[in-house]
Formats: sequence, structure tokens, C-alpha cells
Amino acid sequence: MNELAITVIGRDRPGIVADVAEVLALLGANLTDSTMTRLRGHFAMTLICTGPAAAEVEAALAPLAAEGQLLATVRAVTPDGEVAPVGEPYVMAVHGSDRMGIVAAMTRVLVDAGGNVTDLSTRLAGSLYVVLAEVELPAGVADTLTDRLHRTAAELGVEVTLRPADPDLL
Amino acid sequence: MTGERSGPDGGRSVGTYVGLGDWTPESLAVPGEVRAVVSAPHPVLSRAGGEVDPTAEETVRLAADLVATMRVSPGCVGLAAPQVGVGARVFAVDVTGHPKAVTVHGTFVLCNARVVEATRWRPGREGCMSVPDLTGDVKRASRLVVEGEVPGSGDRVRLVTDGFEARALQHEIDHCDGLLFLDRVAGAHAVYQRKVYL
Repeated sequence: MNELAITVIGRDRPGIVADVAEVLALLGANLTDSTMTRLRGHFAMTLICTGPAAAEVEAALAPLAAEGQLLATVRAVTPDGEVAPVGEPYVMAVHGSDRMGIVAAMTRVLVDAGGNVTDLSTRLAGSLYVVLAEVELPAGVADTLTDRLHRTAAELGVEVTLRPADPDLL
Repeated sequence: MTGERSGPDGGRSVGTYVGLGDWTPESLAVPGEVRAVVSAPHPVLSRAGGEVDPTAEETVRLAADLVATMRVSPGCVGLAAPQVGVGARVFAVDVTGHPKAVTVHGTFVLCNARVVEATRWRPGREGCMSVPDLTGDVKRASRLVVEGEVPGSGDRVRLVTDGFEARALQHEIDHCDGLLFLDRVAGAHAVYQRKVYL
């Protein structure tokens, strides 16, 4: 079974999801994990699907891209299965004045502690920049990591908190 | 804190309390002035506020100003001193008439407040006058006991509350600790662009 990583991005308009999903459905491509969201007026889709060959999907998406409004990429990937979690789930929240390099510096601190970012979003609201990251951390590193995050945040002039993710299941 | 009013007034009841008595903002006996509300990013919002003398004249004036500013701000159910640029442990709360409120203590101001019991944690959406463009999902205790002092007399009060008033109190006490709701959001996708401005 072919596994494909597909990205589609373009100026937001009604119908992007329907157009792309229709193309994939007609080819017999099965959508598995995906995120589809609007980012400051652009619509971005990142998805994994199984079924047809990459070239076939690329050709089928070409007419959408040809209108100049959407950029689509298709790449065959190796199905690796689920990645085992490296440890405990945490949420890192960062906020402060927007400046260059906040995500780079803060995520580098996470990586250096053996952390694995599993989900991250950023928002710019006026001059306020917000980073929210879900990260898996090896057992026992949270306290020293919190100190390191505070030091890096202080250098950047932003605030940071690191909390265990809510483990509640409903 | 700001709440999104979307329905008719919910049922209200008077909560159990010790010491708040018949305190009202009028007890302060000074007219409050509306102060400018500061927005994040601003350093005063990220610093823990200092303890205050609840009987000091400046504390009484600050309390009256917080009430006055809260009252002219649409949808505002609570306002803490750091939000008007003052690094002090003082805040005003009034959830009267809010559809999600159960126990309601009316308008009150607390100094040096701290949470002494917090149970029954529930998720909920919060906004904040100091983060005007975003809202977020935050888990808060829905049963809460808070101790503090009222401005003016300095009487110690112990407030037992629940639901939306409990959420508002925790949000304001967080402000006094230099925390925003952004510091407590549940996950990477738990912050939202505000759709309705009150």
C-alpha cells in the first residue's frame, strides 16, 4: 500500500477542502491523519493518505494548482507505524512581545532535554505572540527543564510555563 | 476576566460566606475613577503583585477604581490591579447576571486573596480584557474557597463559591500572581481568535 504525504496551501476560499478531498476520493485515496486549518487568510492542509501512486495524485491535483491559487505537493513516505511516546505529556505555553527566534530557541531547549514536540501552534495577535506546544518529556527532566526554559525566556523577554498535560479521559 | 454573555440570566443564589457581610463598593466611600486597561505583552501582567495594606488610602482608591473600570467595560466580570498597571494583590469581581453563574456574591473587592480549597476541576472558555483578541480553554476548580481581606475595614473574609464565580476568582488571583489564562491553556489548539467582542 502506498502511503503519501500531501500538503496543499493557498489563499482561503470556500471549497478548498471539498475540492481536494474530491480529487483524492475519485482516485481511491484514503485520508488517514490530517490537519486542515486557516492561517492568517491562507488555508493549509497537511495530510497522510494511502492508496494511489504519488504521480497519479500529483497529476490529479495539478488542475487545482493550475488556477494559481493553490500549491500542492505529494510525496511517497514509508509507513513507519506509530512512534512510541518518549515519556510524559506536557504543555509549554510561551507569550510575549513578538520577535525573531522565539519558537527556535524554546523548542531547542525542549529537544536538548530529550523532549519530542508532538503538536505546536503559534498565534500573533497585535504585538502579542503566543506559542503552545505539546511535548513528550523523559521522566524526571521537567524541573531542570523548567529552569532552562525560564532562562531562555528571560533572554528573549517572554514568559513561559510548563505544565503536565491534562491526563483526564472522558 | 471577560465572559461571553449569550443567554438569559441563569438562576442565582446567595452563597455561603463568612465575613463579606453587607460589604458593597459604596462602603469604600470614595468615587472610583476609570483607569486605562493594559494589554499583553506588558511586564506588569507577568509579575506577581505585592501584598497590600487593605486599610491604606491608596488601596481603597485602587479598589474603587477597579470597580469603576470593571463597570464601564462590557462583559467584564473581574478586573485585577495588574490590569490597570498596578502590581498589587487586589481585584474586583462581579458575575451578577451572568448565565453561567450559580453562586453570586455581587460586586466585591478582595486584597491579598489566596485559594485555600479547590475541587471539581472543569474545563471552560475564558477571555481577558488584557488579551483582547484571544480566548482559551482552561481547567478551573468549580468548587472554591478563597480567603482575603476587604478594602477599607481590612476585615478577613472567607468566600465559598462555585461555577462561574469560582472561575472568575481563580482568573483574578492568577493575575495577582503574574499569570494569564494563556499560561494554563489545555493544549496546542486550546487558544482561539476571539469571535465576539463585548
